[in-house]
Amino acid sequence: MKEPEMIPVSSEAKEPAEATPAVVSTPTSWVTPAIPMIKTIVPQPGAGPQTVVRVAPPSEIRNFLQAKSSGRIADGVFTGVMVLCALTIFAIVALIVYVLVSRSQLSIKAFGWHFFATQKWDPVSGDFGALPFIYGTVLSSVLALLMAVPLALAVSIFLLDICPGVLRGPISFLTELLAAIPSVVYGLWGIFVLVPIIRDQAGPVLEKYLGWTGLFVEPNFGVSMFTASVILAIMIFPVISSISRDVMRAVPVNQREAVLALGATRWEMLRIGVLRNARMGIIGSVILGLGRALGETIAVTMVIGNHPGIVKNLFAPGYTLASVIANEFTEATGDLYLSALIEIGLALFLVTIVVNAIARLLVWAVVRQNQGGAH
Amino acid sequence: MNALPVRSRHVAGFITLRRSLTNHLVTGVAIISTALVLVPLVAILGYLLFKGASSLNLAFFTHVPVPIGEGGGGMANAIAGSAAILGLASLLGIPLGIGAGVYLAEYARGTWFGAAVRFTADVLNGVPSIVMGLSAYALIVARQQHFSGLAGSVALAIMMVPTVTRTTEEMLATVPNPVREAALGLGIPKWRTVLSVSLRTASPGIITGCMLAFARVAGETAPLLFTAFGNQFWSFDLNQPIAALPLQIYVYALSPYDEWHRLAWAGALVLIVMIMVSVTLVRIFANRGVLKGGH
Repeated sequence: MKEPEMIPVSSEAKEPAEATPAVVSTPTSWVTPAIPMIKTIVPQPGAGPQTVVRVAPPSEIRNFLQAKSSGRIADGVFTGVMVLCALTIFAIVALIVYVLVSRSQLSIKAFGWHFFATQKWDPVSGDFGALPFIYGTVLSSVLALLMAVPLALAVSIFLLDICPGVLRGPISFLTELLAAIPSVVYGLWGIFVLVPIIRDQAGPVLEKYLGWTGLFVEPNFGVSMFTASVILAIMIFPVISSISRDVMRAVPVNQREAVLALGATRWEMLRIGVLRNARMGIIGSVILGLGRALGETIAVTMVIGNHPGIVKNLFAPGYTLASVIANEFTEATGDLYLSALIEIGLALFLVTIVVNAIARLLVWAVVRQNQGGAH
Repeated sequence: MNALPVRSRHVAGFITLRRSLTNHLVTGVAIISTALVLVPLVAILGYLLFKGASSLNLAFFTHVPVPIGEGGGGMANAIAGSAAILGLASLLGIPLGIGAGVYLAEYARGTWFGAAVRFTADVLNGVPSIVMGLSAYALIVARQQHFSGLAGSVALAIMMVPTVTRTTEEMLATVPNPVREAALGLGIPKWRTVLSVSLRTASPGIITGCMLAFARVAGETAPLLFTAFGNQFWSFDLNQPIAALPLQIYVYALSPYDEWHRLAWAGALVLIVMIMVSVTLVRIFANRGVLKGGH
């Protein structure tokens, strides 16, 4: 491309040249990344009357830019493709539902709603009931929430207001990193580090002091419902902590300042100015964590012991909806067995969709409402 | 304070004391629980790095698995298989995700349809990965009657789409509007404005967003269990069962052999390092690469 001519202009001629966007003046900026364009928009205040303004022959730029476009048709096609991409997301969800429903027909017809209320899981005689897995999923997720939520909220409060600025970056980076570690790695760590700790160190202590509740009764082999809950708690902690911090940060600063100006202490400011305003979003973040815990598969499968049963003892092995699919699907013989496992998958899908939808709505409500109020 | 009568001065003093005690108590609890959480988290990370580093050797990258009893062996075929599966998944998932993100940011800002797409993407993001595996099984494996790397790629691609869509949209939203207006004001068609101005300006952020999506699915095991299935030998045929790194780690971790445990730790280190690098890049670029401010 030809270099634009450099035309020195007098101070009278400068006015119209500046009024047009300065993008015009540098045709090369269409080839190089667009960053220089922004800088040239700002007129230099200190420039003298001898300022040199680059003016390019406009016809050439226009020719270059319009050379490869045939206007309306190309625009229509491009828009169409983008809309198609967006529609694909709906299509994916519809396809998943269709495929899962059609593949689990056999089991749905055979067992009906009793499938979710029967305890018996006997592949040999062809009796399938999902109740022990539902119990395992709900119990392990709720226990994980009980462990993770208070700590996650404390950490996000710490990061929001108490933490010195130097530490804030590293801590939130660490949290992000932990959220990204694959679950098979957590499972590996669980088998070789957490299981021995719970079997040899934590187990006897818990049994001694809390054994009377019936929740912690020997024998304790390490692989148990309790171990699975601990590992789930570690895995959902980053999710809850980072989202609840985002929600708390979305509360306008003037809310906090107003409470402080009334003479509140820091805790009162956090309680009245932040937590109360963000409570829906915080609940949303907890529910998002719950959704994650419900569907977590590999790490749980590796440490929960994989034995169906409904028992109160947390040191006993358990089973969850996700882990029964992971563990038995490739070994399932017979169409009814496969179909029952797919029906479990369908149930898991629907439950997590509902849980996630609720959580997203809550988080959105808080963030949007506060953005509206801030401006 | 001195103007108050004596009684109420006492009460006021008592309340102030209680309030400041509560304040200190809560601050203390927050600090202590942060420390309580951070210490084990750092310990986990450090242990993974240490254990992985002491298990890793060159053979891990160059050899295929050997039968139990022979020492050595590596996961070369699993690394190659993972690369093949992930490559195809990215080819399928990333363009779709970017397209949907462009639609959300450039065409559907503020419309109810855009909000519906965004919401669906967010919800799809929370669907358990094992369900994606089941769907890919029902969709492809059950029709073809054999396990295949292709089915695994499809499952992973579906998981990539929502992440890529949302980051693309967020990054495009940071491009200042005057830039678009300047381009449109020159008489440039909208599609070219989107491609050459908006997307190019936001490209560092979008690329790192894609890397993040890639890193997330790179460690997924559950969707591959009954799609890619795993393989002990060299194979690049995506229409056949194929080995994958996370699958191999899963199988080896559950095995009773020390040698296989060592390989599992080494594999975990490789995965973690890859993820750490991409998360770090995302942090660097998300703060620096995209134009900030606007008017």
